[in-house]
Amino acid sequence: MIFQKYAAPKYFYPLAGKCLPWFGTLAILTICAGLYLGLFVAPPDYQQGETVRIMFIHVPAAWMSMFIYAMMAGAAAIGLVWKIKLTDTFITASAAIGASFTLLALLTGSLWGKPMWGAWWVWDARLTSELILLFLYLGFMSLHSAIDDPRRASRAGAILLLIGVINLPVIHYSVEWWNTLHQPTSVARIDGPRIHSSILTPLLIMAVAFKLFYVSVVLIRMRSSILDNEADSRWLQEQGA
Amino acid sequence: MNWAEFFNMGGHAFNVWGSYILAFVILGLNIWLPLRKYRAQQRKIRQQHETAS
Amino acid sequence: MKPRHKKISFIALAVFGLSAVTLLILNTFSSNIVFFHSPTDISEGKAPINQTFRLGGMVKDNSVKHNKDGLKVSFTVTDTIKDINVTYKGILPDLFREGQGVVVQGKLLQTGEFKADQVLAKHDENYMPPEAKAAMEQAARTLLLPKK
Repeated sequence: MIFQKYAAPKYFYPLAGKCLPWFGTLAILTICAGLYLGLFVAPPDYQQGETVRIMFIHVPAAWMSMFIYAMMAGAAAIGLVWKIKLTDTFITASAAIGASFTLLALLTGSLWGKPMWGAWWVWDARLTSELILLFLYLGFMSLHSAIDDPRRASRAGAILLLIGVINLPVIHYSVEWWNTLHQPTSVARIDGPRIHSSILTPLLIMAVAFKLFYVSVVLIRMRSSILDNEADSRWLQEQGA
Repeated sequence: MNWAEFFNMGGHAFNVWGSYILAFVILGLNIWLPLRKYRAQQRKIRQQHETAS
Repeated sequence: MKPRHKKISFIALAVFGLSAVTLLILNTFSSNIVFFHSPTDISEGKAPINQTFRLGGMVKDNSVKHNKDGLKVSFTVTDTIKDINVTYKGILPDLFREGQGVVVQGKLLQTGEFKADQVLAKHDENYMPPEAKAAMEQAARTLLLPKK
């Protein structure tokens, strides 16, 4: 199977090296485009005025926090079933950046909530479930680093990740299931987005930019950890960096 | 475009620019730290390769 | 760190993490699973009496009255079925507007009036530039005119 071939560090390492410049360049270009459209072109909102620009950071960061967790949990499931070593490399490379996006979503949400709602923080279902997501990331990282045996560490981590998946639908549907201060979903709706195209475009571009940024960071970190683990391997010494 | 108005962000400069600065710092650290480690590894391997050959 | 120390610190961390998460979940999903009650809930007696809780709904049009000193304000919260009068002393958030969502925290007085000590504005899911809003209102007006 081609997938299993490239899941071997020997093949994945050079492949990641070839992809990295492309993802990196695209990430920089889309971030610049998103910033330009978001800060200079997008109009102020009819209710929120200029603070709507916080959305171009906050919403993509919140999406990433859930997206990265889903990717990690998916990789954890694959790793448990097929015993592919590379999944653990991917999961550990993703954890810190996932936690970072979660933190960024919480902090920018706070900066946005104070002037608009009148509170830095409220214990409503959306905010609380996102905070639990941050604890899941931190819990995974401390669990993984606390166990010395790599195979046991990756198994324990994978189980934690899979249990925590229950939190993802809770985050997404919290605004529908319960009365929350947080507003309902604006973009991923059956009846279409409720955001004017001039505001929606920079939002979606930033979302793509954050995804490209994430892929670039993960490729770097995966190559780094392969270098750590395979320092003595023949293929690496033959091939060079 | 009026730059003073642009930086003022309708009176919420702290919140809007604070969000962008936070994004810059948090994402910046996420690329800078791994890249620094990665570059050091690459340098080390290149040196080993040169001395070996 | 010695392996044994590592193990102990891991167990301590896990216990701490788990209890923190459980506490948070219990906190939210017991008392705050209902973040706010509607005026209809209150009229049906579903809201707690003599206890701080949150009331949510729409600020009724033309109901906001500022007191002479400027800090005290009164308004009506409605869910289009029932109304509750609210009094509040303090600074209102930016998005506090007539016809917009609001969540107020405070107590229900014997008089049936709600005395708020915190006012939070609730935003809806729509985002658009002011011109688009004006265009929409214009379109709504022209659509409504022939019906008259």
